[in-house]
Amino acid sequence: MTRSELIATLAMRQNHLTAMDVDFAVRVILETMSEALAAGRRIEIRGFGSFSLHYRPPRLARNPKSGEAVSVEAKFVPHFKPGKLLREQVLDSSPMRS
Amino acid sequence: MVDHAVTKAELVEAIFNELGLNKREAKDFVEQFFEEITAALAAGQPVKLSGFGNFELRDKTARPGRNPKTGEPIPISARRVVSFKAGQKLRTRVEGHAGSGE
Repeated sequence: MTRSELIATLAMRQNHLTAMDVDFAVRVILETMSEALAAGRRIEIRGFGSFSLHYRPPRLARNPKSGEAVSVEAKFVPHFKPGKLLREQVLDSSPMRS
Repeated sequence: MVDHAVTKAELVEAIFNELGLNKREAKDFVEQFFEEITAALAAGQPVKLSGFGNFELRDKTARPGRNPKTGEPIPISARRVVSFKAGQKLRTRVEGHAGSGE
């Protein structure tokens, strides 16, 4: 499912919002979440999951083309931990279980 | 972390402020947003949200595990799990965050 498919699905469930409003609302949600992560905050959505930042220490890497050593600075990367409900629903849908 | 975590309530507040919805409608919308993503993943469909990231599905094979308390061996069945890959835009925004992570 792409962002535009998600918007179309949500628009079908809405009486009071046009597809354009839904597009904007989705943007507001994703922007609020991105902004929070960029500020180092966690996001916790009950049932769905939580987003947090994981620290990556500085390291020496190599340019795969030239073989030259490059130092990579320490950084933070976004991490998602699925919540109980999401885990269970996805597990139940697994082809290996049905 | 200095600030408390973002919850559904804060997303509802953002929708309420930015769109002309009342609190009830804004709450319904935020809930539907996560419901639809969950439904797609439960149907075996990955979800790609450009500018944010992709929720992907990974099938894991069965493997032997252990009860960490008792040390007793227990098999872990084959399963499907969700993994999130942040998009380049989100990665770049988060990368240089100066505060404390975890």
